[in-house]
Amino acid sequence: MAKRIDVSGLNCYYGKFLAVADVSVEIEPRTVTAFIGPSGCGKSTVLRTLNRMHEVIPGARVEGKVMLDGEDIYGSAVDPVNVRRTIGMVFQRPNPFPTMSIYDNVAAGLRLSGVRGRGQLDEVVEKSLRGANLWNEVKDRLKKPGAGLSGGQQQRLCIARAIAVEPQVLLMDEPCSALDPISTLAIEDLIGKLKERYTIVIVTHNMQQAARVSDRTAFFNLPAFGEPGQLVEYDDTTKIFSNPGNPKTEEYITGRFG
Amino acid sequence: MATTLETSRQQPQTLAGRRLPTWSLPALAAGIVLLSLGLFAVTGLAGVADFVVFVLLAYLVLQTAISFSVEGRRQAVNRLFSAFVYGCFGLAALPLVLVLWYTVKKGLGVMSVKFLTVSMFRVNPDKPGGGIYHAIIGTVEQALLATLIAAPLGVLAAVYLVEYGGRRPFARAVSFFVDVMTGVPSIVAGLFIYAFWILALGFQKSGFAGALALFILMLPVVIRSTEEMLKLVPNELREASYALGVPKWRTILRIVLPTAMAGIVTGITLGVARIMGETAPLLLLVGTNSRIQTNPFAGQDAQRLQEALPTYIFEQFRDAVGNPDSPAAQRAWGAALTLIILIMLLTGLARLIARFARVRG
Repeated sequence: MAKRIDVSGLNCYYGKFLAVADVSVEIEPRTVTAFIGPSGCGKSTVLRTLNRMHEVIPGARVEGKVMLDGEDIYGSAVDPVNVRRTIGMVFQRPNPFPTMSIYDNVAAGLRLSGVRGRGQLDEVVEKSLRGANLWNEVKDRLKKPGAGLSGGQQQRLCIARAIAVEPQVLLMDEPCSALDPISTLAIEDLIGKLKERYTIVIVTHNMQQAARVSDRTAFFNLPAFGEPGQLVEYDDTTKIFSNPGNPKTEEYITGRFG
Repeated sequence: MATTLETSRQQPQTLAGRRLPTWSLPALAAGIVLLSLGLFAVTGLAGVADFVVFVLLAYLVLQTAISFSVEGRRQAVNRLFSAFVYGCFGLAALPLVLVLWYTVKKGLGVMSVKFLTVSMFRVNPDKPGGGIYHAIIGTVEQALLATLIAAPLGVLAAVYLVEYGGRRPFARAVSFFVDVMTGVPSIVAGLFIYAFWILALGFQKSGFAGALALFILMLPVVIRSTEEMLKLVPNELREASYALGVPKWRTILRIVLPTAMAGIVTGITLGVARIMGETAPLLLLVGTNSRIQTNPFAGQDAQRLQEALPTYIFEQFRDAVGNPDSPAAQRAWGAALTLIILIMLLTGLARLIARFARVRG
């Protein structure tokens, strides 16, 4: 199920502005890869290029290659809708659909892409909510609005919604930055569990979190204001946090800047 | 410099300053009213309007003076401007209240079940009797037809402008002309339909021709309000939907439009309220008739065009020839009251729909 991602020579633009230059990383299946770095260095931008969400912003475009198991997702015949069905995403702020119930939120991805059949949906909704460690909290109020849940529950609802469509890769853009430590812990546990089935890429500002949940870590940095962000170092998480190869990385993880 | 700054901004000794007691201002107002009454009785001053202006000005001056001497400059200015803002609100609300009050007062006398359920067929305009049933049917049907065309077209145009047009030249042009259309006088819309529908295409005058003109007037209102509502839908919801692999058209249909539904419905209602009272295009394109005509497509050949409430009011006032107590004038006020009630009911209904369709959570 899980697929590998090979990024090579990736340049991300907003209009004429080159935001991130020349990124190359290989992401193995069934691993957690963390993107860390100071604000504005382009880690979220790179993450969004991995499922073609970058181009949703007007004027945004990409150069370079992103291969998903050997297939270029920026190939001319590729439909971005299919890419996003294969590569799911969880956003920084929990964003359940406000007009929908908890059940409908989880079922949204399937329903909106044409799956009908009550029995099948029931099954997927329960499986996804169990997968997101939310089932026991909401099983008695599936018909209640999703926006009525707490922030941490909403974020797990969004994860359930993302995994309901059975993606092969799950991208998470600072999924815990709006949550309290207990909800954060719940989501980190969940990431560890999801790793068995999905390839996960997570952007985080929290270096302890990166150290806790990830197998590999990519450190991005902004050389100077107005210049494009770049990938400084990409290695095993243990190595990045114990013996980084680049002095900039060491300065960042020891808290000397950023 | 430093010394002047220090002297002008001294720290207050205590936090509590001297305040006017709460009873003092109502007492002041009452005193001024009583004094002015005496003044108007004794001197040559007279008239209700003069009295109101005199009392208000006297109150404003005295309040400021007293407050200045007791509470100091800042409180006095605060009270002066508070009074000014309240006064402006009163002035703005006054015409609205007066229009409503006057219409109710004038129109209530003629109002009855019979008035609402019979037409003017074979009623002598100079005698009491007759009703507005035919006009209600015409107004409701014409407004409904106009809405049936304008609401889907307007919502779809707004979807184009917000979701697809972006900053393209065509979208900007559409947006510009929507703004222009918002200001088109209703008689111009009527003339356009007259020239296009009746003269060029050869159709006859009918309720439907009137509905077409109303549609032109309603369309920009619906587009503009829907556009504003769609812009309010957070981009994160669209992105969340895209990230699930949902195509754009489905995202708009299932996520964006339901989220904005309450506002869209309100916008459409505002549009309906705007066109229900339009008179000029209906006079031009439909004309008047004293009999019931339920078919809005019936043309001149049928000899029975559709009446509408605004044209009914126009007709009755014409028949009243300046006599405010004539039965025709009373019928006109009754029809005006009915029109206002109709629009209020519609607004209430829209509020109700908006409440049921509102974003849950």
